[in-house]
Amino acid sequence: MVSSLKLHDLIEEIRGAKTQAQEREVIQKECAHIRASFRDGDPLQRHRQLAKLLYVHMLGYPAHFGQMECLKLIASPRFIDKRVGYLGAMLLLDERHDAHLLITNSIKNDLSQGIQPVQGLALCTLGTMGSAEMCRDLATEVEKLLLQPGSYVRKKAILTAVHMVRKVPELSDIFLPPCAKLLREHHHGILLGTITLIMELCERSPAALRHFRKVVPKLVHILRTLVTTGYSTEHSISGVSDPFLQVQILRLLRILGRNHEESSETMNDLLAQVATNTDTSRNAGSAVLFETVLTIMDICSAAGLRVLAVNILGRFLLNSDKNIRADRQGCWPRHNRVFSTLGRYVALTSLLRLVQSDHSAVQRHRPTVVECLQESDASLSRQALELSLALVNNSNVRAMTQELQAFLESCPPDLRSDCASGILLAAERFAPTRRWHIDTILHVLTTAGTYVRDDAVANLTQLIGSAQELHAYSVRRLYQALVEDISQQPLVQVAAWCIGEYGDFLLENCEETEPLQVEEEEVLALLEKVLQSPMSLPATRGYALTALMKLSTRLPGDTKAAILEKMPLVEHGGSRADEEAKESREDTAPVPTEPQTSKLLDLLDLLHEAPGDTQQPPSLTPSPEGALVRFLDLPCAPPPPGKPQQRGERGLTRWVEMCFLLWNHRLQLMYPPPVCPPIQITLSYRLKGSFDHANPLWPLFSVFLCSDFFPVPQGPATSPTRFILLSPCPLPQFLKPSHLKLLAFLVLSLLNVSCPPLLFLFKLVLPSYLTHSTHYHPDCLVSVLLILHAPD
Amino acid sequence: MQFMLLFSRQGKLRLQKWYVPLSDKEKKKITRELVQTVLARKPKMCSFLEWRDLKIVYKRYASLYFCCAIEDQDNELITLEIIHRYVELLDKYFGSVCELDIIFNFEKAYFILDEFLLGGEVQETSKKNVLKAIEQADLLQEEMVYIRRQAVSTEGKYDQIQEIVVSYFYLQKVKMQTTEFKVDVF
Repeated sequence: MVSSLKLHDLIEEIRGAKTQAQEREVIQKECAHIRASFRDGDPLQRHRQLAKLLYVHMLGYPAHFGQMECLKLIASPRFIDKRVGYLGAMLLLDERHDAHLLITNSIKNDLSQGIQPVQGLALCTLGTMGSAEMCRDLATEVEKLLLQPGSYVRKKAILTAVHMVRKVPELSDIFLPPCAKLLREHHHGILLGTITLIMELCERSPAALRHFRKVVPKLVHILRTLVTTGYSTEHSISGVSDPFLQVQILRLLRILGRNHEESSETMNDLLAQVATNTDTSRNAGSAVLFETVLTIMDICSAAGLRVLAVNILGRFLLNSDKNIRADRQGCWPRHNRVFSTLGRYVALTSLLRLVQSDHSAVQRHRPTVVECLQESDASLSRQALELSLALVNNSNVRAMTQELQAFLESCPPDLRSDCASGILLAAERFAPTRRWHIDTILHVLTTAGTYVRDDAVANLTQLIGSAQELHAYSVRRLYQALVEDISQQPLVQVAAWCIGEYGDFLLENCEETEPLQVEEEEVLALLEKVLQSPMSLPATRGYALTALMKLSTRLPGDTKAAILEKMPLVEHGGSRADEEAKESREDTAPVPTEPQTSKLLDLLDLLHEAPGDTQQPPSLTPSPEGALVRFLDLPCAPPPPGKPQQRGERGLTRWVEMCFLLWNHRLQLMYPPPVCPPIQITLSYRLKGSFDHANPLWPLFSVFLCSDFFPVPQGPATSPTRFILLSPCPLPQFLKPSHLKLLAFLVLSLLNVSCPPLLFLFKLVLPSYLTHSTHYHPDCLVSVLLILHAPD
Repeated sequence: MQFMLLFSRQGKLRLQKWYVPLSDKEKKKITRELVQTVLARKPKMCSFLEWRDLKIVYKRYASLYFCCAIEDQDNELITLEIIHRYVELLDKYFGSVCELDIIFNFEKAYFILDEFLLGGEVQETSKKNVLKAIEQADLLQEEMVYIRRQAVSTEGKYDQIQEIVVSYFYLQKVKMQTTEFKVDVF
């Protein structure tokens, strides 16, 4: 026989290997030996070979060829063989392999042989990896062992029964009857196992739960004996008698006392006793106390007891020095240590669960909770944050917000967004005054602007918009904030909007803040800076543009020319001295980042997926444009054909002017105060002369994408309204069915519109679209007809 | 308890006890991820963390991490006690245990664990009883006592005989200070 290494030597050699490759080599060589030995080696040595294989398996190497050997070893009469064989079975066999069923017979034999250590091995294996079939086959064997004398086997049999009940709930019927008798035992292991078994039975069957309520007095008795009996060397841990058993009893009491007045009453006194008498200077006591608290909170306990429980949790929260022991990690422990962070962790978790039901009791510990925010351990500070936010109410909102804002400034990045959202939510719910609310939001935006949720902008603009008395104040604060920092997008957006709306207040004096010496030029320059800044998102630019537009009407003096100058320049083509054109921008993401849950966005994306089909050169039918312009009574020469760049320029001019005009029509006043109407620059035209990227339907959609035109949901607006410019554009050669569907959707929405100019526009434009299209979608036709007959 | 893992500071696995049925691949994946997560924790941090839908309780003793995964309704603090008790048992058995003991005698570490926990639950809360059981089993292993049984057993009688035999030989061993002898008993 080929000589192979002893286990000890093998381990040495593996550890001596310098590289992964070397290790693999050693192991492969040895596995070959092991295989050979399994085939025709000495059966007496088989257990040594398997032990080596198990070691190799733990390092991550395949060991499936050892499975049958486990079976052979288990069947051997020698104890050493069985020991290693069963260990192998637990490590190598599992439910997925058919081989696992083959050990059922061996287990059966071993269970009935009456040799305790062997029975122990069999039960342990069955209770660890026994599959449902095995459990069914061996249930009666295990049941027999439950009641025979000899505590060593009994305690194992009980826990094996627990495993069986988990795997095959129907077996509960077999294991329920012996429980009552088992509870009368004195052996702690048996008691512990029995209680675990009863817990499993109760959790699976309401009938069992009712049945076992009658053992509540017995459990109370056992626990009381444990608590009042003095120290026992065998079972005590740092002065607490058998904390494992205590905890388990408390868990079962919790299950039995839940929603049951009578049982709860029986255990009330005992729980109070345990809660007050358990020594918590060490972890063992804390474990028992923690379980007690959980039980008290879950059953129908007296109010006083509940308050006691919450106060105990409060004590856990305190970082009192006498509980802190140095964490001596460098040596094996000689006695228990308690770590206050553990106490804090379980306390925070539990208080979080209780904050709704016992709010006032938990409130008492608010200062300590806030202190926990400073914890360096991330999981602790997260719990503390959640709990702090849950504790904010009307009376403490100012103080709490201050604390939370301080936390926001220094907290780790992954908590910032939750913290910011939490503060904003709390401010919304409990703000004492609107001015405070605005200040709070402003502060959050300045500190953690990039972490706030998207609707924060919308909320703030609506808030400011609705608080008329604070317009001046808000615009000044926002202006100052913007002057300092234009990088935080949400802040910039809100500030731009506000300046656009209330910019005139900037030039006046306001009592509430120091007088700002601001010139019109400075304001416009600031907005221009935002426009030009590379940090600004397209949406932000939109806001800034809108603001500029609006300021043209709000600021005293003739600023139109100045504003036009601020518009971004185009890159190509000649621009006339007195006419600027907007920069051609490829809006690959034409939709700004605000979340818009309406279907329309999805449709928009759909739309934008089909750019390729619109490669046609623009048709030269100026009639819709002409009509549009005529209607709006703007002076404008028809575009000279064949000169696309100039047409584009003129189109842009008309754009801008039309925008002014529409604004002046105070469109927005027809609808609930708009939260924030930025301008969406939808036209992306190439001055090369073809509308390849811009889907020709874009302009049409762009008008109607203003959510003003859709039924505005009641309550706080969830997104800003978008007012998007109509742009003159050539007609597509044909409309795809998907386009028509979209049209239909919009048309239907338009029926709610009472905006004559645009409605007319649509009526004007649509027929031309249809005559050009070669595909008609039936839905669309219907809607078109509807709209054509809609009253003006 | 769903599983317990022992691993070194370098992430080498020293013991793995699984109480839930999972494929080898899943076990390896879980082990790898969890070892990484735990090793990334700083020394002052709390011994508990939430990982996937489980609670992880871990404690470092010298160069070994003892890591248990428990379910939502289990008590974290008592799990720490379970870990601590296991370490005490190892300590008592090996006499000032260190990582090397567990490496070279991994099967003993498993045997001890299996006398303390079964199916993920505590089976014996007395340190003395656990150690006694291990001792007896070790003895049985060393003595190579063969016990043959008849097909028909009269319940109880053979148990008593077997107990007597084992205890007899235990006493003999103590008296004679020998470690090995073979006996046929039937």
